[in-house]
Amino acid sequence: MRLLIDNFDVFAGGFWVTFQLCVISAVAALALGTLLAVMRVSPVPPLRMVAAGYVAAFRNLPLTVVFFFTAFGLPALGSNASILKIPGLDLLFRRLGTDLPYFRFAVLALSLYTAAFVCEAFRAGINAVPAGQAEAGRAIGLTFSQNLRLVILPQAWRAAIVPLGSAIIAMIKNSALAGFFGVVGDLAQTADQLTSAEGNPFIPVAIGICIGYLVLTVPLGLLLDRVERGRAAASR
Amino acid sequence: MSDQVSHLHDAPGPRARRITWIASIVFGLAALAGLYLLVYRPLADQGQLSREMWGPLLDPSNESFRLVWARIATGFVATLVAAALAVVSSLLFGTLLAILRVELASLLQRSFADRATPIAWALRWASRLLASFTRLCVEVFRGLPVLITIFLVARGLPEAGIMLPTVWFLVIGLTIYNMVVIGEILRSGMEGLPRGQAEAASALGLGSLQTTLTVLLPQAYRIMLPALISQLVVVLKDTSLGFIISYEDTLQIAKQIIGVLGNPIQLYVVIGALFILVNAALSWLAGYVQHRLTRGRMTILAVRPTGRESEHLEISAAPETIR
Repeated sequence: MRLLIDNFDVFAGGFWVTFQLCVISAVAALALGTLLAVMRVSPVPPLRMVAAGYVAAFRNLPLTVVFFFTAFGLPALGSNASILKIPGLDLLFRRLGTDLPYFRFAVLALSLYTAAFVCEAFRAGINAVPAGQAEAGRAIGLTFSQNLRLVILPQAWRAAIVPLGSAIIAMIKNSALAGFFGVVGDLAQTADQLTSAEGNPFIPVAIGICIGYLVLTVPLGLLLDRVERGRAAASR
Repeated sequence: MSDQVSHLHDAPGPRARRITWIASIVFGLAALAGLYLLVYRPLADQGQLSREMWGPLLDPSNESFRLVWARIATGFVATLVAAALAVVSSLLFGTLLAILRVELASLLQRSFADRATPIAWALRWASRLLASFTRLCVEVFRGLPVLITIFLVARGLPEAGIMLPTVWFLVIGLTIYNMVVIGEILRSGMEGLPRGQAEAASALGLGSLQTTLTVLLPQAYRIMLPALISQLVVVLKDTSLGFIISYEDTLQIAKQIIGVLGNPIQLYVVIGALFILVNAALSWLAGYVQHRLTRGRMTILAVRPTGRESEHLEISAAPETIR
């Protein structure tokens, strides 16, 4: 246990990097996923096809392959994802602006992958809104975008929140992969570093790392369970 | 797809149809232009579309073609073997976990009033303790990344003096996570069944374990089959994490091939396509099974997997059938 206390700043640092990675990727995935969901229900066939193809591809690819694409494919194309060096944002999250692009690759891989699941969650939510709602909206003369904005999405959001939360929890867990693709100092890489390189005893390190992830995932999961139970009770 | 959302749009009139057509053409062209500028040009500029890059993968007359595909096949078989082992063991242990949790839940209901007071008290506390302990284990292993479980198993077991082939580390790591998920899928399936099922069974004189085994569990399997098949997709995808512990799976072998041929993009495109094909087939199977089941037994299928268990499950049924 001494090891845990002595290396507290190392674990805290790892937690902080993982946390940053998750926040940025979650925001990006939510934005992209919402866009995809709107495309998927739009009346324009090419938009629907693009979104459906995107979702089918990314849902069935292992995240590892996506990571390989961003971490090895992009450099082969001479890109270092500098598009993510967003002015202002890289001051807040300093790793976005560094010369080592692995953090950006990880953000890219995680958000591209999670966006597909976010899109599915929203689509499930949209499907859960009774058809009469949309029909009523159309009957009073709302256009497609008005209907979506004023009637469907506010209700779909409610049905989508539990699957959305699961997608985000899955993403937090998936972010562990980043540590094996060049991101230095996140929780997973810290575990590797502390055990294999510095030869620390295994069990305390394992406990520290597990606590780091559980702090992120378990409260979210319990919150979701609560929301779900509340919803089930309300609909009964 | 379009029929599910058709109630969002009016039946298009001539003007709306014209607008849709124009928008389709504009977006179609924009998508093609985007593909050209963002995918084709960078690839072509870096010489990634050349014959020597793609030849070993696509051209049967290339001298490396056979060897490359033989290696990929070896890797894919290794992936499938690990995935199959993980699926079987997580199904087995997941079922046991679900039974355990359901049994503990029913123990919690009992007051043991037929025993002497101190014994009853001890039994009540023991069952409460066991129930919270299993609950804790479930929350912990569900909250940890699979990657971390695999990593910890592969590092921890050798440290404890247990040496196994790498494939078993991968299988154990995957099993720890997926048995919990499958156990929860089955448990929520059993708890979602109408209460009358369990009541009828106990009226027939079946004990608690007998009820679970012969009445609840078979129905839970049936209801949760789509969710279980979706979980197979997740396991297959997660098997690719084996590369972090140097298991000779598809990705590990891809790495070796890239070391020789130097064509990462091409190889990952091919491997990605392989995964997409297999997983899409499995997802399709899940959808098909769900469709068949929905048609078969309307009433029992009123129970649906809850949100967290259906993490990766496509909710494809129409809202009316969800109820």
